Formats: sequence, C-alpha cells, structure tokens
Amino acid sequence: MSKADESIMSTVVPVAQATGITKRYGSTVALRAAHITVEPGQTHALVGRNGAGKSTLVSVLTGLQAPDEGEIAFGGAPAPRLADRDAWRRQVVCVYQKSTIIAQLTVAENLFLNRHARSRGLIAWRTLRRQAADLLAAWSVDVTADTVAAELSVEQRQFVEIARALSFGARFVILDEPTAQLDGAAISRLFERIRELQQQGVTFLFISHHLEEIYEICDTVTVFRDAQHILTAPVAELPRADLVAAMTGEAASAERGVHPRSIEQSAEEAGGKPALSVSGLSGPSAGIGGDTGYDDVSLTVRAGEIVGLAGAASSGRTEVAETVVGLRAAGSGEVLIAGRRVRPGSVPAALAAGVGFVPQDRHHQGYVPGMSVADNGTLTVPDRLGRSGFLSHRRRDTLAATQIENLAVKTSGPDQPVSGLSGGNQQKVVMARALANDPRLLVLINPTAGVDVRSKEFLLDKVEQTAAAGTGVLIASDELDDLRVCDRVLVMFAGRIVAEMERGWHDHALVAAMEGMEADV
Amino acid sequence: MSETTTAATSEGKGLLAATPARRIAFAKLRDFALVPAIIVIAIIGQIVNPVFLQKDNLINVLQTMSEIAVLVLAETLVLIVKRMDLSLESTMGLAPGLAAWLTVPKSGHGLGALPGGWAVPVTLAVGLAVGAVNALLIIRFGLNGFIVTLGMLIVLRGLLTGVSGGQTFFNLPSSMLYLGTTEWFGVPVSVWVTLVLFAIGIVVLGWTGFGRSLYAIGGNIDAAKAAGIRTDRVLWTVLVTAGGLAALSGLMLSGRLASVASAQGNGDIFTVFAAAVIGGISLNGGKGSMFGAFTGVLLLFLIQNVLTLGGVPAQWIGALNGSIILVALVISRITGGKVQD
Repeated sequence: MSKADESIMSTVVPVAQATGITKRYGSTVALRAAHITVEPGQTHALVGRNGAGKSTLVSVLTGLQAPDEGEIAFGGAPAPRLADRDAWRRQVVCVYQKSTIIAQLTVAENLFLNRHARSRGLIAWRTLRRQAADLLAAWSVDVTADTVAAELSVEQRQFVEIARALSFGARFVILDEPTAQLDGAAISRLFERIRELQQQGVTFLFISHHLEEIYEICDTVTVFRDAQHILTAPVAELPRADLVAAMTGEAASAERGVHPRSIEQSAEEAGGKPALSVSGLSGPSAGIGGDTGYDDVSLTVRAGEIVGLAGAASSGRTEVAETVVGLRAAGSGEVLIAGRRVRPGSVPAALAAGVGFVPQDRHHQGYVPGMSVADNGTLTVPDRLGRSGFLSHRRRDTLAATQIENLAVKTSGPDQPVSGLSGGNQQKVVMARALANDPRLLVLINPTAGVDVRSKEFLLDKVEQTAAAGTGVLIASDELDDLRVCDRVLVMFAGRIVAEMERGWHDHALVAAMEGMEADV
Repeated sequence: MSETTTAATSEGKGLLAATPARRIAFAKLRDFALVPAIIVIAIIGQIVNPVFLQKDNLINVLQTMSEIAVLVLAETLVLIVKRMDLSLESTMGLAPGLAAWLTVPKSGHGLGALPGGWAVPVTLAVGLAVGAVNALLIIRFGLNGFIVTLGMLIVLRGLLTGVSGGQTFFNLPSSMLYLGTTEWFGVPVSVWVTLVLFAIGIVVLGWTGFGRSLYAIGGNIDAAKAAGIRTDRVLWTVLVTAGGLAALSGLMLSGRLASVASAQGNGDIFTVFAAAVIGGISLNGGKGSMFGAFTGVLLLFLIQNVLTLGGVPAQWIGALNGSIILVALVISRITGGKVQD
C-alpha cells in the first residue's frame, strides 16, 4: 500500500469503530481493552480461536450487550441507546450461525415479521408478498416469496437473512461463520454474492475458522486472542503462517509430521481382510425424506489405511458413510466390516463389528449436551463399565480420564457437562467415544467442522495415529484439510464415485472433481 | 402484429405467476384437508339415517359441539405458541360454578350473596383470573407449563367440588341461561357465538400482526424476539384469553343444561386435544389454522352423531368416543397426507 493510499484511508470515516472495549462476566474477562475499526466497502475478517472474544465483540457491536468500558461509533456518530433496537438495526446486523428464520412461515412473512404491510388494521398479504418479491429481487436473491422457509436450503436461508438485514437500512453486516454448514459450491456462490453486495456499498465483518476463505474474500483481517486485539493487517500482506501464529500465540508448524506407518504390514496383521469392503451399494433415490441417494458404490479400506470420501453436500458421501455405520440401510449391496457381513441399518450391529463413528453434526447426533464428559465418552461401551447392565462409576471415570488425557480435552473434569465445552473440545469428546471400543474401522463425517485450527490439527493427528495402530479410517468430508491426511481420496458426484486420487493430489483437481468437472491438471 | 406481442407478453407473465399462485392454492388446501372426510361422513350419515342431513339434526350437532369448540379455539391459540393448557376443562366448570354459588339462592345450593346480574361478569372474571395465574407461573416464574396447568386442573376441580359440596347448582339466574337457551333466527345463540368466535379467530390469526406473532413465537421464539415481538406480552395475552374463553364455554354449557354440575367439563380436555390435532394443529407449535381446528371438532361430532343415529347403545358410547378420536386421526392423516406432530 502506498503512502497516498494510506492518507486517503485515514480520512475515511469508519463504518464501525469500537475502542477500548472491556467486558467482564463475573471473574472472567471476555474482552480486555479491545478495539476494531471497519472501513466502508471492505470485507473485514475477524479471526481467533474459540474463546478469543469474537462472540462477545459481536454482541457488543450489535447492541445486544453493553460493554463495561469503551465506546462504539457508527459512521463517526456514537452508537444508539441499547433499548433502541430499531436504531441499532439501521446501523448493523448480524447473520448468526443459528438461523433466525422461522421455518413454519413463508419467506415473505419472515422478511416482514412484526412489520407487516397493513390496510385498515388487517395484514395486506398481497402488498406484503409484493414487497417481499421486490426486496428479494433488489438484492437478487433467487427465492420465491411464497415458499415456506422450511423448504429452503441453508444457503437460501442465509441469503434471505442477509436481504432482511439490508431491508432495515443497515449497510454493515456481520456474518458469523456463514460457511460452516455450506458445501464448496454454495460457499463460492456466497462469496460471489458478498462481492456483489460489496460493490453495492455493503461492508462485511466476516467471522470464520477457515483461513483459506479469509484469503479468498477478505481485504483486512483482525486477530483476537485471549480477549485482546492482537493485530489488524491487510490480508495480502500477512502470510498464512504469521496469521496462524497470531491466532495461537506460537509459531505453528506449517506441515504436520507424517506418522510413519506401513499399510501392507498392518493389513497382514488383520489377517489380510480389509477393514471395510463395500460392494455395489445402492441407496434410496433422491427425494425420499429429502435425502440424496447413491448408486453402485464400491470401495475398500484396508487396515491401517486412511481413505477419503470427498464430494459436495448433495453428492451422497455422507449417506454412504452413514450406511456403513448402520444409521441407514442401503437398497441393495453389501457392507463387510473386517470381512464380516453386518446387519444393514443397525448401529448396534456395526458397533459390535468394530466400527467407531463420528457423526455429521455433533450437536444433533454427536453428544448429549446435558450429560457429562465421562458419560458421553463412554456412551458406546456400556459393557466395558460393568456386568449385567449395571455401570460402575469408578470404571467409567477411569476410562474417561484416559480419554481426556489421550485427546487433550480441556475440561474441568469428567463430570463437566459437554455443553460447557468449546466446539473443538466437544468434537474431541465425540472422537474419544468413537475410539472408546478400539475400533477396527473408524468412520468420520466432517470431523473438523466448526473446530478451531489447533483442535483441528490435533484431531487429524489423532486420526493418523489411530491408522498407524492398524485401524482402517474412512473420512467423508469436503474439507480439503481433512482429506489431506488420506492415503487416497475417492470423489463422489451425484451419488457415484467418479474419481480416485492418490496422496499428493492438487487442490484444484480435487475441487474440480467434487464439482463434477473434468480435472484439467 | 402488436396484438400478438401483447398476447405473448401477458401469456409469459401468466406463466411466471403460475408457480406462486399454485403454491398458495396448495397451502390453502391443507386447511381444507378434512373437508372431504366431512363430506364422506355426511353421505354415510344420510345412508344410515335420513334424519342426519335435516336442519334440526345439524343444528343439534352444532349446539352439542359448541362448548367443546370454544375450548378447542382456546387450546389452538395456546398450542400455536407451543404451550399447553390442560386446566381449561376445570376452568370451564369452576367459572360458572363460582358464579352460580354466589348468585343462586339457598334452594339451589348457593349462597345468594350477589344479584343474578353479576353471574356473567363473575364467570368471565374467574376465567381471566385463572388464565392470569397460569401465565404468572409459566411465563413470569418460568415453571413447566404442562405441570403447572395439570396442577391447576386438579386444584380448580377441587375448588368447585369444595364450594358445591359435590352437588349440582340449579335455579340459575336468567342471565346465565341466555346463551344456552335463546335462539336467533331459529339457531341457538351458543351456535352463533361459536361461529362468530371462530370467524374472529380466523381473521386474527391470519390477518393481524398479533396473530402472526403467535406463529412466530411457536416456530422459533428467539427469532420472534429478534424481530422485535414482545413475546412475553403475547404469551400472557394468549393464556389469559384462553382462560376467558374456557369460562365462556362453561357459561354456554351450564346455560344449555340450566345447571352447573361439580363435574362440569371433567375429562373434556382429551377431546379438545384430539380435535385440535385432528384439525391439523401441531403440538410442536407454529403450525395449524383456526379453520382447520374447526373442521377437527366438526368431524369428531359428526361421527358421534352418526353413531347415535345408527342406534349404538349408550353404554358403548364411551369406548366408541375413544375409537372415534383414533379413527378421525387416521382419516385426517390420510386426507392430510402429512406426518402429524
């Protein structure tokens, strides 16, 4: 950046500016004299590990909470009173990870909830629908106003939320991990949309765990760590390693150490039988229960091998993985685990056959939030905790303590409820449970979704160690970092396996295959 | 030439508009899901006994169902905001019961403390007060709504039994009899009241900000709050209104029977829930319409009427009532085509 540019930038009135913000919850300091300045027309990234103070900053910036100290200004003017919600909404809005769209209502009604168009005291539905259609068209959101929100995809819901946010007059939008639930194609559409809106004068504050995304879409990045502002810099001038270092407070190794292991040798140990062998698996066709199907899928995971199952969200990768672990039954075909046929559609049978499993969405299927770390970690292995149905608490706690140590779960003890842990540590508990019965086959679906950088590296290291000990691993994911640990990657598209890539593939080729395009490398 | 262009454009517009229009039509159709079932029952009824479709019999069905229908209306409001109110059936007995106790002379087991004109205001006030207590416990103090209203159901029933000594109040003041006995244009007032209340309910739920806020709260209360809806105030209004409606329903029933039994309304809440669910109201909140709820009650009572006309002995009516609920549920599942929740 040249001197001239700098002087221009400094004269621009920032869209939003927070200075000297301190926020305490009891004895915990959530923010300590933190500051951030967002310039108009920019896309500004806010990054930090779980617990760095990002969420608190967002709630202070959106007027949901008053800071204990410090000031907030929008466009140079001080922020409105906390009680004046409408005034805040004209300045800033946040699209949260958790959707604030009401599934039972139509898109039109969601857009104008509590500010319906009226005539003679009653709601004028015709006018309301027209306004909604106009609004959707103005921000080119390709959704029909009369659609019931439950029928929207995650991506469409986000666009609707952004359109609603903009309809209040705000031109500063905070996106809280908007890509967490999207597949590759949807993410690129979202980014496309962000760029378009940026040209229409909208400023974004973008919160994400995915560093590639920040390099792709953002102009400036601000790093928070331990409740403090660490740095703000133009993205282009900050190498990836420095960014990770700023987030973690230590120089991170660019490459994880590869654990030495020999697949052939481990395969012999397991009696030559592959950990998983799937042949001719066909699932229900698309449309049944909203699930995508898969067709004639065959694959083998040898003992000690890590196999990636890549594909976009609707490719069928998740469904295949869920069929292997018995969460759903295939229409036809066979699943052999360590050479044994397993009763289809039965999770207990799969567990008994030696499957460990990290489900797609930890909040839904991964853990019971109110239960303790120890209970969650040992949920799959009641028989190891005592005889004839009675559980020994002592054995449970011993086993849990091993798990906590093994996976470095940050917890106050085995009795802490899982709901009190950070996202990364929750996922570690789910992983611990998957490993609890020393599986022969470990099936992971999106194992690092919504997990911070350090926990992610840790989890993937753990996967490699597990494989080195002779377990076959199947990772169903579209996250390139997850797939990088794989010995080979099978790519699914529209329910079929379309490509197989050995370790050392190019990102470009893999992404192209996942999008159903011919790799041109 | 220009004509063809215009025609083509308007046709194009029509095509564009077709999709949303069909969607609306489909959404509206869900409200009418029970109408075919009701027609089928009507035909069967007519075959079983030609009396069925005569005006007197239909008015009789409407009057018999009017009290339950008003309770269903109240419960529908509560269910849409994802709450439950079990105490409605006891309120239905206690509200007119207390009014009768205060106004009825000693000869009718009352105190005779108040003039007869007070009966209706007292009834309604008791209903609103019960609703307010429910709201206080559930919304203000954050207690579990199911258990609170279950407790209230027992307490209120006990109060009525205590006050009445287990006996039936009769010689009710004329103001209490009006709704149940008077006829306008040959149709009992209680039927008119029910129909008007449902009409108001349909308009309020479909065309007012307040009504839509019920759906928003039932669908996702956090999102409703984020949209600036005063959720607590809406919930208070709903629970208090439900209490008031239950009292009105009790007034209609005691007017029709010219007495208040200490068991008035006992067990009715199950029929109320059944009718609401049959009518497409979701127990998980945010779904269902007032018209649907009305067709739910209507279907239940038409089936009952057909059985009575078919000469089913009275001893079997209890067992049949339960079966009717199940059958009606199955019918609404078939015609509605959607998994119930």
